Amino acid sequence: MSFLKLSHVSAFYGPSQALFDVDLAVGEGEVLALMGRNGMGKSTTLKVICRLLKHRGGSVLFDDRDLSRLKPHQAARAGIGLVPEGRRCFTNLTVHENLIAAARPGAWDFAAVSDLFPRLAERRDQLAGSLSGGEQQMLAIGRALMTNPRLLILDEATEGLAPVVRLEIWAAIARLKAETGLAIIVVDKSLKELASVADSAVILEKGRSVWAGAFADLTPDITDRHLGI
Amino acid sequence: MKRETILNAVILLALLMLPVWALFADEPFLITLTTRAVILAIAGIGLNFALGFGGLVSLGHAAFFGLGGYAMGILAYHAQNYTPMMEWPLLIEGTKSMPLIWLVAIVTGALAALVIGALSLRTTGVYFIMITLAFGQMFYYFAISWPAYGGEDGLSIYVRNGFPGLNTMDPIQFFAICYVLLLIVLFGTWRAARSPFGLMLGAARQNPDRVQAVGQVPYRLYLTAFTISGAITGLAGALFADLNRFVSPAMLSWQTSGEIMVFVILGGVGRVFGPVAGAALFILLEHSLGGLSEFWHIYLGAILLGVVLFARGGLYGLIVGREVAHD
Repeated sequence: MSFLKLSHVSAFYGPSQALFDVDLAVGEGEVLALMGRNGMGKSTTLKVICRLLKHRGGSVLFDDRDLSRLKPHQAARAGIGLVPEGRRCFTNLTVHENLIAAARPGAWDFAAVSDLFPRLAERRDQLAGSLSGGEQQMLAIGRALMTNPRLLILDEATEGLAPVVRLEIWAAIARLKAETGLAIIVVDKSLKELASVADSAVILEKGRSVWAGAFADLTPDITDRHLGI
Repeated sequence: MKRETILNAVILLALLMLPVWALFADEPFLITLTTRAVILAIAGIGLNFALGFGGLVSLGHAAFFGLGGYAMGILAYHAQNYTPMMEWPLLIEGTKSMPLIWLVAIVTGALAALVIGALSLRTTGVYFIMITLAFGQMFYYFAISWPAYGGEDGLSIYVRNGFPGLNTMDPIQFFAICYVLLLIVLFGTWRAARSPFGLMLGAARQNPDRVQAVGQVPYRLYLTAFTISGAITGLAGALFADLNRFVSPAMLSWQTSGEIMVFVILGGVGRVFGPVAGAALFILLEHSLGGLSEFWHIYLGAILLGVVLFARGGLYGLIVGREVAHD
């Protein structure tokens, strides 16, 4: 049973069509890798799920609920947590303020986020704008978790980070998978790290979902053909 | 202790000690002058709630200030003339009770801000400035053309309204009332600025889309801030009218909106104590420069220009740095 299901979704930016019949399904507790080269529609798909962009055709169901009429804040309240590309923390707030401002009732609180990312507790009263890129990424993930989502979406969560920090982020994602029942969608280019956490994968090409299946079934031929890796 | 905390304490202490000194030095004018600064500081805190925390540049806050003033004026006018405000369907009489007048002024300011905000916040930028200015001027011209309450001449109240257990005609006692209200408003604003609502409001100013992605609605945050802002400014208006025992359409004019904005900019936009410093500095400049020339606004304009160009964080930014503290 799919927790999130996109069926034949099409979406537009003005007159330009960006998504064509995209299909995607994530089960409860499942980690899905959303893959594709740059400009193939990954971020647009995530925007449709978060309702930051309205789809025109097809359907988007989350826990059997039609998301098409929801606004972004309603999707967030329904349990969809987004860690956006480029981190985008509230730089005028401290680490603690970033986290408590977004808090919604549930298991994730400041202590739980600090346990996942101890560095955030150390930087508690520091302005988010003065954090390193890796720490801002941890904060962005922590902020999304503070909304106590049931689906966590990570858009290019490790892009531009130092290797040691990337490892920390991947370790945190693995821990989230192992210790929580969160469904997770990860957009990333690192096949090796994705393989360590992803259960399934969807590959987008020119706005179309061209391959979907278990991550273990991704062969070098498929990745070479669709991802150029 | 942080420099900002020290500066906050110094300003509050100076505002308290000056009237106490004036009392012993038999300088009642100084007490009235400080009371004026305290009341204008409350008005500035009201505007700062919308402008500083929410980034809402309103040129219509004189409407809330004036409505607070007229709430006091109308209630006191009917009480002093022993005439009811309304006889049907309900008998509503005037009052000389300050707490009741404050309550009416707060509710009036909040309701007006709620309605004006609900319409104005559908626009942004220069359109928001223009629509708030237009609403403010609507109230101004309405007051001018309303002869029942003095029209252009305004309303005079013979005796200051009463507060249980105090002689409000005594300048120092009226100052004490205003000072305590300032402390209450400051504490409430400080708490609100650090609450999840206040933090989200600041976040919405920076990135409205991101705020939606964590389940909040920027419009509702802005409207709540604007309404609270109107309520605080309304209270300041009632106190200002009580201080002068007079209310006139001038309280509703766009120049008043501009003056309140000057306090906020002079002190430091977005700082809880910024408007207090700004109002105190404004009164100080008005008093000292006003003694030098009747065209003292020219000097004030030059100072404001200097602040905007070289000290964008206002007095607070100059002394404690431009970064707003979040401790």
